[in-house]
Amino acid sequence: MNLNIFLLVIMTLAALWTVMARSLLKATMGLAITSAILTILIFRMASPLAAVFELSVCTGLITVVFVSTISMTKPLTHKEIIEASKDRLKRFWYLPVIMILAAIGLCFLKIPGDIKPALSTGTMDVRNVLWNLRQLDMFGQVIIIIAGALGVAILFKERKDEP
Amino acid sequence: MSLNLMQTFSIFGFFIILLFIVGTYCLVVTRNILRAVIALEILIKAVTLLLIVVGYITGNVALAQSLVITVIVIEVVIVVIAGGIALSVFRHNDDLDVRRLQNLKG
Repeated sequence: MNLNIFLLVIMTLAALWTVMARSLLKATMGLAITSAILTILIFRMASPLAAVFELSVCTGLITVVFVSTISMTKPLTHKEIIEASKDRLKRFWYLPVIMILAAIGLCFLKIPGDIKPALSTGTMDVRNVLWNLRQLDMFGQVIIIIAGALGVAILFKERKDEP
Repeated sequence: MSLNLMQTFSIFGFFIILLFIVGTYCLVVTRNILRAVIALEILIKAVTLLLIVVGYITGNVALAQSLVITVIVIEVVIVVIAGGIALSVFRHNDDLDVRRLQNLKG
């Protein structure tokens, strides 16, 4: 349990660093670290399949997508970076304060832990749940992936009149 | 439900709420499209952790894992589409500022 708490603290700090980082690349790296720590937590919660998905897709693929998107945009000049960081600092310095206040408030507020499951899958295997119990959802998932692929094809399509 | 599991949920719930605060604050305050997507990612991470913890303490690990896999698939599609939109906006405005989206027709 102590290791879980340690990982949760590190993950929250990584998330905080992600949103407060000056450069977009550093923010992306922070997001990857957050995902990696979440993977360890998921693995410790007896969910190895979800952990593998989280590690390969969220830590790997999404980071690559972000880095490629950032590399296709124009980098800021040194003067612009300094101005943007000052502006960001002005808007984001409230966040640590809000987090500390929320943490203090949550210490006094008791989070109810008694949850009753609406549906019990008991000893079922994850593959059984995915392919038998959630068959209709799988169709939806396939449609979402196709929609995503079509969206990317449309968005990244070069115009004919463009050089 | 045992006291230990209830305590586990309370501890995880505490940090999940903090993650939600981080994501929501960034989403509200940021002016950069890519940072908004990163904030959305953090919110999705909080949801993923909540699903896994609830599955663990209620004994529905298989259902929680299958739901998390669905969430991850949707997350990837969202990020890729949002990245494409951000690039299109950048080509159009030479900037990723969301305030400049108001200049669009429609």
